[in-house]
Amino acid sequence: MNNRFDFEDKIDISWCPGCGNFSIRKELLSVIEEMSLERKDLVLVSGIGQAAKMPEFINSSFFHGLHGRGLPAATAIKAANPQLTVIAFGGDGDMYGEGGNHLLHTIRKNPDITLFVHDNMVYGLTKGQASPTSSLGMKTPLQVFGVADQPLNPLALAISLDVTFVARAFSGHIEQTKEIMKQAMAHKGFALVDIFQPCVSFNKINTYKWFSENTYYLPADFDNSDRVKSFEKALEQDPFPLGVIYQSNHRKTLEDNLKVYKNSKDPLYKREVNLQKVEEVIKARR
Amino acid sequence: MVQKIADNLVLVLAGQAGQGIQSIESILSFLLKRSGYNYFSTSELMSRVRGGINSTEIRISSKPIAGFLDRIDILIPLHNDGIGHLKERFSPNTIVIGEQDKIDFDDIIDVQFTQIAKDIGNPIYSNSVAAGFICGLLKVDLKACQEFIIEYFSDKSEEIQVKNSQAITKGHELTKNFSNIDIDIKKSTKVKDHLLLDGADAISLGALAGGCNFTCGYPMSPATSVLQNMATYSQEFDIIAEQVEDEVGVINMALGAWYAGARAMVTTSGGGFALMSEGISLCGIMESPMVLHIAQRPGPATGLATRTEQGDLNLVLYAGHGDFPRIILAPGSLEEGFSLTQNAFNLAEKYQVPVFILTDQFFIESKYNTPSFDMVNLKVEKHIIETTEDYKRYSFSENGISPRGIPGYGQGNVCSGSNEHNESGRITEDPELRVKMVDKRLGKLEQIKADIIPPKLIGSNNYKILLVSWGSTYHIISEALEDLGRDDIALLHFSWIFPLPKETINYLEQADRVIIIENNVTGHLAQLIQLSTGYIIKEKILKYNGRCFSVEEVSNKISKVIEEGDKNEQ
Repeated sequence: MNNRFDFEDKIDISWCPGCGNFSIRKELLSVIEEMSLERKDLVLVSGIGQAAKMPEFINSSFFHGLHGRGLPAATAIKAANPQLTVIAFGGDGDMYGEGGNHLLHTIRKNPDITLFVHDNMVYGLTKGQASPTSSLGMKTPLQVFGVADQPLNPLALAISLDVTFVARAFSGHIEQTKEIMKQAMAHKGFALVDIFQPCVSFNKINTYKWFSENTYYLPADFDNSDRVKSFEKALEQDPFPLGVIYQSNHRKTLEDNLKVYKNSKDPLYKREVNLQKVEEVIKARR
Repeated sequence: MVQKIADNLVLVLAGQAGQGIQSIESILSFLLKRSGYNYFSTSELMSRVRGGINSTEIRISSKPIAGFLDRIDILIPLHNDGIGHLKERFSPNTIVIGEQDKIDFDDIIDVQFTQIAKDIGNPIYSNSVAAGFICGLLKVDLKACQEFIIEYFSDKSEEIQVKNSQAITKGHELTKNFSNIDIDIKKSTKVKDHLLLDGADAISLGALAGGCNFTCGYPMSPATSVLQNMATYSQEFDIIAEQVEDEVGVINMALGAWYAGARAMVTTSGGGFALMSEGISLCGIMESPMVLHIAQRPGPATGLATRTEQGDLNLVLYAGHGDFPRIILAPGSLEEGFSLTQNAFNLAEKYQVPVFILTDQFFIESKYNTPSFDMVNLKVEKHIIETTEDYKRYSFSENGISPRGIPGYGQGNVCSGSNEHNESGRITEDPELRVKMVDKRLGKLEQIKADIIPPKLIGSNNYKILLVSWGSTYHIISEALEDLGRDDIALLHFSWIFPLPKETINYLEQADRVIIIENNVTGHLAQLIQLSTGYIIKEKILKYNGRCFSVEEVSNKISKVIEEGDKNEQ
């Protein structure tokens, strides 16, 4: 079956053979194809990195910006035209390292966008240095004595800041990951999905086998609406929980708060400035 | 002895931050303008919220004026430190009016503003007492003062209105027995119809009239007032006004907004813009429209946070890695602040380039009356197309400008990236495509030339000596030129800076001597002129102590430079 978001001709995808990104792409294509979404209304936004190349390989509009800077652009795209569906992509370096400050404050603004972080616990594009999620002790060409910086816990961070949809997936589990992605996209408000993904070229510790052995799915009866309990769960690392760890709908989105959409849902590009009203404002300065 | 002040009064208020200088100025500005006086005010402030010593110069004149004068006719110090702070600007004719018990100055004319206010009920009313006193000196109709002050405090309680009315009346009445100063300044009915704005107002109103509907920023003096003005307008107009976590986020947010079809502006100062360098480079390769207002202040780094300099032209000219075209504008007047900002949005959309509006603290915080802006010829030009299925964002076209689509409007993919790309906007490393894309982007500089606004020549066409300036110094230098009264000197003022207007070289070559006047240490415009035309301007008047030029200083320095040059020739 043809997927609207895939290309008719074979395209050259620049990821390494066996890269976890291929599964994520497949999962993503299937999720967006199943959504009742016009192709023209989808915008993929990313920074720089192997994960951030994702939009280049999807038949869709995209804004493939700067390293770490995907979220401010994604926020503005959604704000300028809330009728668009906006998905942001990035790796652990892009989103948790270079873009850390933007992540914190995008969470505060709560735009109705979805963020998929391809978390392979290493820098791929720059060839093997530690990322913010690399394990303590991991030796790299740059961390020659082993990683000494405490790994960042994105789920605990997100829950502490009250992200209203926080999940973790593992790229190797196609059906489960698709389901999590689907729920994330359906969520109103900023949704963060940290997707474990093996880097076959540079991470010899956190392999496909390692992720399979060091993760488990939250039980079906896990109450993910209790923020404190979810936070506790997010602290678990041995093994790491998979699934939707926290979900709530108590926060207003950025677009809900924007006064420009109170009386009209028209995106900004459809609007004309009322020059007569501008003239009145100017004349009031006499 | 009666001291006569005719046609041109320079009144200076000095005091600590928080003492009320700004309140007095605020009351006087509209009251005097509406009474028909030409009005100008500018402030110099220390970078602190309370204390220190600040001053505000107010000029009231029979003619329109907007230059800063060193001379002080009347000083009203609210704090004793005001005397020491401004001593260098005193002349034997300077009159000091204030509270004798607080101000240590031998010839002070004692007026007890605070005691009068206390008698009315609260020392806070001393601002209205002082405003009334100044209006009395100018012989402004008392009833007009009373009506104005009620309106001024119309959102406050009736008691506050009544007390302030009493205060302005008391202040006004004090001047009845005040026979030692005789001020004679002509009023004009035209002025009543003028607008009274500061530079930040002009930029913000220009943005509003340019169809700006998205503004974001991070607070930074002296650019914050523009951001706050836009937030104020967002209550009535369809504008999204966001405060962002940092300037890196600001520029990327604004790029996202343009990508999705908004007309976005960012506003910052040099330090904030330095953080946007990478983003402006992204703007270059994405061929995104962008409008950036940059209010300069002296650097490097934090420099002098609340003071003025024209020190960031080179930053703005060269910021961002890689080669890409840009437009740089620098308004010299409120009218230009409005019209250039308005047009910046059209230029940005038309050429898909960043357009910079360079102002500075002096421009942003100077306020004066100006004829109402031309709204009749205003156009908000949009250059967005509805895309078709086969749309290519970076299609090669004859003039290098690819029709700009936005996502959601039409069936096509709108792909913009920071990597070198093919016509569709997707990554390429093809060497031929790379060269074609670079040439396409830079080729737009040629197209832009059609819209360049030539520099303005002030003074005689048959000049022998040509002064050259740009941006905020316009009023100061043109007033100095007028004071010099020489028909062999003219001023060439640039408000369109880059790409440099092609007429420039002809103007320069016509002169026997050229003198550059810039509020910075290295002469950024002189460097640009040399780079663009090969013409080297050797004679320079440069100022970089964090203060704007004064009219007297400029005319003295011009005379001195000319004299020295004459000597060298002999």
